[in-house]
Amino acid sequence: MSLTARVAVRRGSLALDVDIEVADGEVLAVLGPNGAGKSTLLRVLAGLLPADTGRVVVGGEVWDGEGALLPPHRRPLGMVFQDALLFPHLSVADNVAFGLRTRGAGRAAARAAAAGWLARVGLEGLGGRRPAELSGGQAQRAALARALVGDPALLLLDEPLSALDARTRLTVRAELRRHLAEFAGSTVLVTHDPVDAMALADRVVVIEEGRVVQAGTPAEISRRPRTDYVARLVGLSLLPGTGAGRSVRLDGGGEVTVAEEVAGAVFAAVRPESVALYLARPEGSPRNVWPLRLAGAVPHGTTVRCELEGAVPLVADVTAAAFAELGLVPGAQVWAAVKASEVAVYAR
Amino acid sequence: MSRRSGSPVPAPLLVPAALAVAFLLLPLAGLLVRAPWSSLGEQLAAPGVGAALRLSLVSSTLATLVSLVLGVPMAWVLARARIRGRSLLRALVTVPLVLPPVVGGVALFLVFGRQGIVGSWLDDAFGVTIPFTTSAVVLAQTFVAMPFLVISVEGALRAADARFEDVAATLGADRWTTFRRVTLPMVAPGVAAGAVLCWARALGEFGATITFAGNFPGTTQTMPLAVYLALQRDPEAAVVLSLVLLGVSLATLLLLRDNWLGRAAS
Repeated sequence: MSLTARVAVRRGSLALDVDIEVADGEVLAVLGPNGAGKSTLLRVLAGLLPADTGRVVVGGEVWDGEGALLPPHRRPLGMVFQDALLFPHLSVADNVAFGLRTRGAGRAAARAAAAGWLARVGLEGLGGRRPAELSGGQAQRAALARALVGDPALLLLDEPLSALDARTRLTVRAELRRHLAEFAGSTVLVTHDPVDAMALADRVVVIEEGRVVQAGTPAEISRRPRTDYVARLVGLSLLPGTGAGRSVRLDGGGEVTVAEEVAGAVFAAVRPESVALYLARPEGSPRNVWPLRLAGAVPHGTTVRCELEGAVPLVADVTAAAFAELGLVPGAQVWAAVKASEVAVYAR
Repeated sequence: MSRRSGSPVPAPLLVPAALAVAFLLLPLAGLLVRAPWSSLGEQLAAPGVGAALRLSLVSSTLATLVSLVLGVPMAWVLARARIRGRSLLRALVTVPLVLPPVVGGVALFLVFGRQGIVGSWLDDAFGVTIPFTTSAVVLAQTFVAMPFLVISVEGALRAADARFEDVAATLGADRWTTFRRVTLPMVAPGVAAGAVLCWARALGEFGATITFAGNFPGTTQTMPLAVYLALQRDPEAAVVLSLVLLGVSLATLLLLRDNWLGRAAS
């Protein structure tokens, strides 16, 4: 039931061209900014949009390519959309049973299966309600049940949590994780939220402007981002440069001291919490010290996230108290210090 | 009365608005005032009245059914199908909305008349003639009224979220199943509203009917034709017949209003 897909499609200004592979039982997150082509990819996989060229093979069966194009209703898949999209004229139970009925199940069997799935997603007894009577979280759970009830080979999740409020998102995310773990088929999850990708996926591909810019496990992606977009998502400052000994000469002009010997094109990555800010140049230990300018500051949890400009553009998290003590205002000159051991460095 | 709903009405608007209300309501009031209430039952029982009313109800209901069977699919094509020249097609099929009905009657006669393109073939092949029969009444009413249904249903289809059709496809529903089980139920209020409008238009049809179907009591003389004829010889009878049509129209309006309210609430 594994998925192999190569998809090329041009729509307006978007030129999508990606290769993905998802094994049985595996969850692949497709992470990317709005307009990167994530949803277009899902629509092609679902058969809702024809690819210009490409090949979609699920479980050895060619869905698209080699002159064959299986229409969406003939593909054994389940799809969950951002807004749940439960049919408003049907009861919740009939929504869940819909896919079974269209695929030929009898009324009683479909009812029973729907009731079973409603119980599995925690909506026992709510089958008789209208979708409008459900909360956002309940509707999304029902939509998940509707997608999974037919035991599909492929599960497509299009931003399944982004329409939910923060608290509901937490619980639904945890439940979704459990259901995905039990699901035997392949799952493709499209999201622009790195937390969803990290929490739910076995592997992540990052798409920007229609291309895969990075692929790997969530841990790899978050430790070693390869583009500014990913770095910002995972809260790192990404500094591309050229290694020479224990130093990286940055493409932007500055220089960073690191703890290990490096050579060639590398990325240096700095976590915001490892950046310390001073009004005067700090003395002492061998560390990186740069004069920078505060470009902006926003509250970020219990800290203040400071964006710094200069030869080494950084993001720094300082406590609210420290921020107040420093008396920083946008445009102020500050000294930023980072220990060499706190700089992650890896090949480009 | 305007205080509750917001801004006061400026005098330059108030006067014409009041005139408009009076202009629209006075004739109806006149109808009620001049009605021969004492002999109403007698008048209604007169021969011909029942036949005309029955013919009107039956023919406009048939015209509405034909419009539903043909018009809903056409509305779907106009709203959803990716075909070239769709806006031109829409303009063409809604021509009967603006066409003087009598012109429609003449046009129908030219096509379905015994010498017409379709009519002569029907006559030769099946010995069927349409003009001056009840079928002609239904045809004339359908021609004039169907665009009302099409416009209404197309509007509802455009307003409906097409993503639900994508959802249905991912749940194994082919296009036809999707139409039956998702699209149609979701636009049902629009279809109902369109059908009521269509029916009301068919009920009031005069010009195309008298041109294409003639005015034969029992077979083609519908209520509007009967009203017109009665006015020539017995104005009181015309008032009574008009009252009946007014009653039916008001009932239709109420039905529509409930329908619209229902849609707004859902």
